[in-house]
Amino acid sequence: MSVINFKVDGRSHAVDVDPATPLLYVLTDDLELRGPKFGCGLGQCGSCTVIVKGQAVRSCVTPVSTVAGAEIMTLDGLGTREKPHPIQKVFIDEQAMQCGFCINGVIMTAKAFLDRNPKASDSEIQQAMSGVLCRCHAHVRMMRAIKKYAQGVKA
Amino acid sequence: MKPLDALKALTPDAASAISRRIFMKGSGALIVGFHMAGLAGRLGMSPGSAAAQRLDGASSNQLDAWIAIGDDGSVTAYTGKCELGHGLYTAQTQLIAEELSVPFERVKLIQCDTALTPDQGTTSGAQSHPTNFNQASLALAGATAREALLQRASTQLGIAVDQLAVKDGVISAKSDASKKVSYGELIGGRKFTLALNPAAKRKPASEWTVLGKPIPRVEIPAIATAQFEYVHNVRVPGMLHGQVVRPPAVGATLVSVDESSVRGLPGLVKVVVKKNFVGVVAEKPWQALQAAGKLKVTWTPGSGLPNQRTFHDNLRRQTPARDTSLVNSKDVDEKLASAAKVVKATYHYPYQMHGSFGSSCAVADVQDSKATIWSATQAVYPLKNSVAMVLGMPAGNVRVVFRMGSGCYGINGADTVSYDAALLSQAAGKPVRIQLPRKDEMAWENYGVALVIDQRAGLDAGGNIVAWDHESWSPNLGGRPGANSPGSVVTGFLAGFQPPAFAGRSPAPDPANFANNSNAVPSYVTGCVGARCGGTGKVASQRVHTHVVRSLFFTGPLRSPERLQNTFAHESFMDEIAATVKADPVEYRLRHLDDPRLIEVVKSAAKAASWETRPSPRSGRRRTGVSAGRGISCVLYEGDNGYCSMVAEVEVNQDTGVIAVKRLVIANDCGPISNPDGLRNQLEGGALHGLSRTLFEEVTWDDQKITSVDWRTYRPLPVGADIPKIETVLINRPDMRAMGAGETAVTVVAGAIANAVFDATGARIREIPFTPERVKAALNARG
Repeated sequence: MSVINFKVDGRSHAVDVDPATPLLYVLTDDLELRGPKFGCGLGQCGSCTVIVKGQAVRSCVTPVSTVAGAEIMTLDGLGTREKPHPIQKVFIDEQAMQCGFCINGVIMTAKAFLDRNPKASDSEIQQAMSGVLCRCHAHVRMMRAIKKYAQGVKA
Repeated sequence: MKPLDALKALTPDAASAISRRIFMKGSGALIVGFHMAGLAGRLGMSPGSAAAQRLDGASSNQLDAWIAIGDDGSVTAYTGKCELGHGLYTAQTQLIAEELSVPFERVKLIQCDTALTPDQGTTSGAQSHPTNFNQASLALAGATAREALLQRASTQLGIAVDQLAVKDGVISAKSDASKKVSYGELIGGRKFTLALNPAAKRKPASEWTVLGKPIPRVEIPAIATAQFEYVHNVRVPGMLHGQVVRPPAVGATLVSVDESSVRGLPGLVKVVVKKNFVGVVAEKPWQALQAAGKLKVTWTPGSGLPNQRTFHDNLRRQTPARDTSLVNSKDVDEKLASAAKVVKATYHYPYQMHGSFGSSCAVADVQDSKATIWSATQAVYPLKNSVAMVLGMPAGNVRVVFRMGSGCYGINGADTVSYDAALLSQAAGKPVRIQLPRKDEMAWENYGVALVIDQRAGLDAGGNIVAWDHESWSPNLGGRPGANSPGSVVTGFLAGFQPPAFAGRSPAPDPANFANNSNAVPSYVTGCVGARCGGTGKVASQRVHTHVVRSLFFTGPLRSPERLQNTFAHESFMDEIAATVKADPVEYRLRHLDDPRLIEVVKSAAKAASWETRPSPRSGRRRTGVSAGRGISCVLYEGDNGYCSMVAEVEVNQDTGVIAVKRLVIANDCGPISNPDGLRNQLEGGALHGLSRTLFEEVTWDDQKITSVDWRTYRPLPVGADIPKIETVLINRPDMRAMGAGETAVTVVAGAIANAVFDATGARIREIPFTPERVKAALNARG
């Protein structure tokens, strides 16, 4: 066990855990966040995605020790029901989900990519989303929402 | 403990749901709960207290079981059909708001909790709309309540019911709006004490202002902002974390567990062994996972698995088989013998998996001979019973609380992981949460069944079908546990329960009545059994025989179970026959159909897709490079539960064998539409789920075990894939019976794509999934 410090959504945390513990477990268990989720534990589906230094990171395969001192952005910190972040708002407006379990991975992956690549083409957006899964197959609406957000980022 | 303190011991969302019920009653009002004694125990109340009061003979024919009106006029409704991500919670809220003429926001719906809601069995089979939106159950409760409130208002105001109007929960005289009384004043906080009235008049669709509208789904803002409580987010004070150790091979049984192998590991609380069930409990989830990985467990060798390549053909020879005859006009052999031409084909469908995207999770709190299970099960009441069997306690001591999980698509791991959590919590004496690792989810779930299907059709000299012969073989093991069969899923089996015994039956008895729940009977026959003809087609000479054999793996309902597989075979075969006689696939279908609604969806899809009338395959096609084509398919889901037709447009790369689906046009008729946007969402999702299953998905195994255990070895369609343009035509029939719509589109995809590939290339693919290798093999087999 060792104490590891990092910031999540602007708030400082110090957790005393096995340094090999994946970041996801710390976020969902110790911090009780509801955004990042365990989907596969293998970095294959995207549901655990958080943003670190502007990059989408799969927290299920990221030992917490590697984010010591880092600032981590999660879906929980983006916005609220009352004041959703623009990317959350487009997903709400487009009703772009079914069960919604994957939405953390979809939103955080798309946000990290578009914030760094505001002029991305549709096919580049597709490429960025090619490692993200949605088993309800709400792909049509999700891509529509992401493209709508992309237009807002460009503007 | 005071009630309020006890409530705090529940998860926040659970507590708010319960408090609503208790405190509405507490404010002088109502007890509408079921099994309140158990709830009272949890709340620290004596069984004789007001809160522990139970409705006499509380059952779903009592209005108070379904609807309660608060002092403030708020409406609380209770349903046993749960939200699975398909929009049902919102649609049911619309239904109650509509029937009671109150604003949507004033209705609070409580779903699927054995302490609170009516027993509506399982939320499955596209049956929620048929059950709750017709003249029964929730809809009937709404209509009964509305009439009862009007009657009370009439008495109180001294005005005849037909002279009263209702708006926003206020009943007033049509002639003088100042003469009025609100729902809250009429009955707020008190019971109706009425049975559901089977003759209660529902509000006609022509007057709907809430139902039938595209109201946004209630959960979505919370989900998008990470505030929604999935079962995965349930946290109970003092909760520990579990993991399981599943056998390494199918048929392996436990020899020994060496507990010393994990002794002293950080956070480890307990190693749990019950017959072949092995698990660990630890303070933290990561610790539990480490301990499960390090625990030294010795198993017997597996029972061995047959070669996957020859598996389908072996099904035909496997005994015992349970044979069923669905239709048999007894003249099929004779008609085939005298036919001008006989067409034959065989279709193969693999095992596929639900592959819920978040692996299954449950939380159990088993203490003092009582248990509470938070589960994403589709079946809270049946699970209450089967969990009680697993725990060895009376069912009355178990409460199951539904929390939405990751999708559903049928029986994923939600039930089995509920047993895991229950067994681990019972052993630890503390609440335990467990979420399965991906591999344990995928290697042991109840797969959708494989099928091998033989089709034969006899044609007359004019090219019309005069006889249809269908025979299929499929493997089956376990399934939904229901109330009494925990051995139908892996955890119950490992803990010592058996799946239902396999009862062979051969030959099949003649059918007693027409039932086409599995869509084994094609749409093009009359479906005559005895005097009644329940089919949708014109072909009178018909025989449909099915054989079920024992499966190697657990199986269970997967979105459109058997219906998808059978419809793929029927719709592909119909196209093969049409091609044989050089008929246009749409025209040829219409020639053999007799059901006006099925005809209409076929015509509507064809029209929306600008279908070009001509036979398949298209003329002038090249044998190399990319070739485009279109195909159609249709179904009356479950024989009576939703009409759907789809046109697929594809491009086939004949050099690589890769199929690109460019466009899917869907026409759907499920009766009156509750929420058109929710319906579209289901059709779009169903279409792509069907596409994924058609092109990519197949459970694989070696000689010992399942080998499709993650997203590299089982590959569905990713979000960033090239996805087709999807167009939906919604046919609204406000005056007809409500039908299901969650499984219609997924059912017709495979046939539509297969037929489009044939149209593009002249190659017929008869085995799912349509991998590039299979496409190339079919291309090479072209004449």
